[in-house]
Amino acid sequence: MDGMRELYQQVILDHNKNPRNYGAMENPDSFAHGNNPLCGDTIDVFLRIGNGIVEAVQFEGAGCAICTSSASMMTEALTGKSEAEAEALFKSFHHALTDVAEPDDVPLGKLAVLLGVKDYPVRVKCATLAWHTFEAALKRVKNDVSTE
Amino acid sequence: MSDSQGTYDVEAVRSRFPIFSREVHGKPLCYLDSGASAQQPDVVIDTVSQLHSDQYSNVHRGVHTLSMESTQLYDGAREKVRAYLNANSLKEIIFTRGATESVNLVAQSYARPKLQAGDEILITHMEHHSNIVPWQLVCEQTGAVLKVVPINDRGELEMDAFYELLSERTKLVGLVHISNALGTVNPIEEVIESAHAKGIPVLVDGAQGAPHAPVDVQALDVDFYVFSGHKLYGPTGIGVLYGKESLLEAMPPYQGGGDMILSVRFEGTEYNTLPYRFEAGTPNISGAVGLGRAIDFVNEIGIEAIAVHEDALVAYATEQLSAIEEVTIIGTAEHRAGLVSFVIEGVHPHDIGTMLDSYGIAIRAGHHCAQPVMERFGIAATARASFGMYSTREEVDRLVDAVKKVIGMFA
Repeated sequence: MDGMRELYQQVILDHNKNPRNYGAMENPDSFAHGNNPLCGDTIDVFLRIGNGIVEAVQFEGAGCAICTSSASMMTEALTGKSEAEAEALFKSFHHALTDVAEPDDVPLGKLAVLLGVKDYPVRVKCATLAWHTFEAALKRVKNDVSTE
Repeated sequence: MSDSQGTYDVEAVRSRFPIFSREVHGKPLCYLDSGASAQQPDVVIDTVSQLHSDQYSNVHRGVHTLSMESTQLYDGAREKVRAYLNANSLKEIIFTRGATESVNLVAQSYARPKLQAGDEILITHMEHHSNIVPWQLVCEQTGAVLKVVPINDRGELEMDAFYELLSERTKLVGLVHISNALGTVNPIEEVIESAHAKGIPVLVDGAQGAPHAPVDVQALDVDFYVFSGHKLYGPTGIGVLYGKESLLEAMPPYQGGGDMILSVRFEGTEYNTLPYRFEAGTPNISGAVGLGRAIDFVNEIGIEAIAVHEDALVAYATEQLSAIEEVTIIGTAEHRAGLVSFVIEGVHPHDIGTMLDSYGIAIRAGHHCAQPVMERFGIAATARASFGMYSTREEVDRLVDAVKKVIGMFA
């Protein structure tokens, strides 16, 4: 039971019940769809980017508490970050969940509450789904830019 | 295993399964995932172990003692399967890797040579992916069309629609005996009778049927019946295809190799007789022998007694879970067996599964390889508690208590 409190911390339960920045975005600069075929969870991530800054992130989808809270906290963490900072945070979060330490990892801040999922290897993908989807949406922006 | 009053002695049954001596997260194991894989009794574990330590060798054509003993055990297991299904002949029992391979064998060896563009295969909306995808493959290969019988909100077949869909274009009907996602027991007798009235053969997926209900393939007059060993208290990697001899006799081999031939020359090969023609390569000897022993064990308890015991658990779990406001049972068919599928408002099934595990309770959470069923009910996944001959009311009580705690945590 202690393990459950460690995994499902109050912050996570709160984000699950009241996800922030939830819902489709009108006219996003980029968008990506992610899914976890193992569990059927799906998520859409919408981005607004201006001058290389992530101005807004929204998400929509059906997932478990880990997936939903991770997505919700991600939207808060990324808003206002430069593309480079967002990439660095994505990589650092991924490293922390997979027990990799790299010298250029940045502090995770509030996102650290999600690290309890490390003890449940089958659930790690739940925590990373939104982030991978964000990464895909961000790449799409860059590709659009690079083809111009 | 009945006590002096003739009632079902579940503790005596349970004591035969060594797995129940272990704890999970400091709690006694509460195993409610038999629908995925049933646990194995001591006699199955011991029989497989003894085979490997005393009798093991390759089967068939061996002239030495061990090979003859292994062959005797392997072929003996086939007889146990034949008797369990009340098949007419040993030629009708093909050992496969599991129910999935059995369906693929029928799709490729029976259906594919017969199908022409525009022909139809009729399945149902509640099939496991293993009774959908093999037919999609054969339809792609032949230009045949897959038709699907819808289900109602309770998870029962819409029989009116079935009769409408059954036509002269239908070349085979495939349906599940007992749904692994909903627990629905299908009226297979009625389906077989009406299909036969139009000369259409029927394949029944008995992966959940064989462990939970008596099966008499002759009384059913079913054309193909498939099941897996690991859901019938046997090992993984072994399964069965029952097929009517007249149908199997006319089918070309599924795979080529050893054991399925009589003689091989580069000018041409003469295939072996039934059932060996469909068993290319060295078979899963220990799997078959283990399955045979599992069937003996089921017979000792009695499949009817097991079914009665499990039905009572399904009814009890349904009643207890339904009483919880936040819980919705998915699949409320009049005839159900083996399992209860449910969702909790506001809680994803994977969170239910992880949290129940912390209480030592094993359930399955997900789409149960039946995504069309999930889609039909507008959900991504369910939590599923499934029962076996060793399941108890106390385990249902533990499940219900833990579900209430899950709700308390996430509400």
